Amino acid sequence: MIRTPLRPLARVLRARETGENPDLIERENRRLRQEAAHDQARGRAETRLLAVALLFMCAFVVLGARMGLLAATEPLELARGLPEDISSARADILDREGRVLATNLSTHALYAETHRMVDPEGAAHALAEIFPDIDAQRMAARFTDPNRRFAWIRTRLSPEQMQAVHDIGEPGLLFAPREMRLYPNGRMAAHVLGGATFGQQGVRAAEVIGVAGTELYFDERLRDPEQLGQPLQLSLDLTVQATITEVLEGGKQMLNAQGATAVLMDVFTGEVISLVSLPDFDPNNRPAPPTEGEPADSPLFNRAVQGYYELGSVMKAFAVAQGLDEGFVTPDSIIDTRGPLTWGRFRIRDFRNYGPELSVKDVMVKSSNIGTARIMQPIGAERQQEFLRKFGLLDTMPLELAEAARARPLLPDRWSDLSVMTISYGHGMSTSPLALATGYAALVNGGRKVTPTLLRQDRVQTGPQIISERTSQQKKLMLHQVVQEGTASFARISGYPIGGKTGSADKPNPRGGGYKKDAVLATFASVFPAHEPRYVLVVTLDEPVDTTGPEPRRTAGWTAVPVSAEITRRVAPLLGLRPISLDVANATLGLGQ
Amino acid sequence: MRSLLYLCTALGVIALAAWAYRENHMTQQAMNTQSALEREIAALNEALSIQRAEWAYLNRPDRLRELVDLNFERLKLVPITGMHFGEIGQVAYPMPAARSDVFDTIELSGEIEQLSAFAEEVLP
Repeated sequence: MIRTPLRPLARVLRARETGENPDLIERENRRLRQEAAHDQARGRAETRLLAVALLFMCAFVVLGARMGLLAATEPLELARGLPEDISSARADILDREGRVLATNLSTHALYAETHRMVDPEGAAHALAEIFPDIDAQRMAARFTDPNRRFAWIRTRLSPEQMQAVHDIGEPGLLFAPREMRLYPNGRMAAHVLGGATFGQQGVRAAEVIGVAGTELYFDERLRDPEQLGQPLQLSLDLTVQATITEVLEGGKQMLNAQGATAVLMDVFTGEVISLVSLPDFDPNNRPAPPTEGEPADSPLFNRAVQGYYELGSVMKAFAVAQGLDEGFVTPDSIIDTRGPLTWGRFRIRDFRNYGPELSVKDVMVKSSNIGTARIMQPIGAERQQEFLRKFGLLDTMPLELAEAARARPLLPDRWSDLSVMTISYGHGMSTSPLALATGYAALVNGGRKVTPTLLRQDRVQTGPQIISERTSQQKKLMLHQVVQEGTASFARISGYPIGGKTGSADKPNPRGGGYKKDAVLATFASVFPAHEPRYVLVVTLDEPVDTTGPEPRRTAGWTAVPVSAEITRRVAPLLGLRPISLDVANATLGLGQ
Repeated sequence: MRSLLYLCTALGVIALAAWAYRENHMTQQAMNTQSALEREIAALNEALSIQRAEWAYLNRPDRLRELVDLNFERLKLVPITGMHFGEIGQVAYPMPAARSDVFDTIELSGEIEQLSAFAEEVLP
């Protein structure tokens, strides 16, 4: 920087010549210099002030943001005082009314640190006294093994057992806190809940992981730390489930059935209100999967969801619905039912001879195989597949159960014209009771597809329209007539008009080829109240025999129908349905007296 | 003047330090109380969940059914069916029973003005 001199010689000389005071020049220059210095200092101070202000502002913003954040976050609560990476927490499962289906209970596991033990032999003997299944010799050998420092003894202890172990007074016996999954209702809804087991184990905690059912399907959701406080609410109703289990159990015993299953579903929301499969098991003590024999005979097998069977005549409802919906027939069209209907080497017969011709309505009411096959004949394989697919009968059921995704219907390899006819009356294609219930729901709810769900819903599903409302109305009437005039006469109960269709299918021979003799799968798919259905109930009995008559009777009308009717009689009031007279139902459906 | 300023500053620093020390202790105390409370909440939560589980266990349908069967003589509970629904018309209108415990009654007759006006208005 070039400094301007205070007394520049040139100007001073000039001033002297003109007789001015040269000091003025110096004063002027000094003033300018001072002003410049002043400006500079001021600028610097301003910058500093600005920097400090910025700093304070940042600090305040940070503090303010932190305060805001603290105020906005939800108060954190240490769940169970377990700060470990292994979390044993798991959300509860409730039924639709908030009753507990599965919850956690804290308990303790027992382990030994052998190097801390004072009297390993004595401890082993004392333990054997508390737990009768412990072998004292082997336990002592484990405790005294020099290569071993640690041994698990028990995964779960009751408080009494824990006190007894305390009383041994052995410092090497230690307790590890555990959360165990408790199903307070025992066997109730066992197939829906599935069960849980311990995953990764540590001394301080052990993971509780689902092994089947909803416990496995929602495993991540149930263990998600953010959703621990919110229990998982299912669509099941515990009271209804208990009632159906009781009635079904009674029916199964009386009719000597190998197994039984019932599915109750809301036709509008798709909520599964109850799902029972017998034999069942206790999820608190889930049995090991079977290593031999038919997996389907194990109590773990969920017949309602995994059990894909040929269900027989209940499938006629779909064939007739297609005929009606695509305009091939009307309920009053006359169908040729002269039998047997021969197709190549194959003959289709009826249970008994229904005469040369029947109306479409009577084909349903009397359950004529020939009639249904004739209705389906002109429609053909492609359109039949398309129709059944719309109802979801050709795919896996999207139910929230781990088992559901693995169960698929068995379909014919080649969908021939013969398949079209046999499938029309329920042979040659397998369907699960749950899929059947879902299909029937769509038949009677005005023709809208429903997706079955195990989660509580607040609103009606608005699935695509798969059959017209008119067809749905005609189907309701036909199902009502099946009960009032046809094969399901035992379903006429006072107060609750039921509509439904029976199905008695011969069971296929497990060794391949043909069907078993005298082994029937009896199904009754019903809807109630018949005039404006709100619920669909599918009851299936495996090899039932009614022996009250002179000769054993196996058809659904004698087995599944009475059981199903009793279930409806007991359950309908629990669902809040008021009884109505048959006349009202008839009038609503447009039937005369 | 300057020494006074120094003195004030020093006193201020001491006061602030004392305050900070106190705050620090109070904070620690609050944190201890908080963790004690958290432990208590956790213990209470656990107790609550045990109670809830026990309640659910005691109310399990099997047990309730057994209890109903055991106490049938006294309670006469039966499963609800359609027979248990009634019409409004079936509800008996409670007749004012003649009360026998009221003595020394006096006869009163006449009309209450407002009611008669109401009756005229509503009932043709």
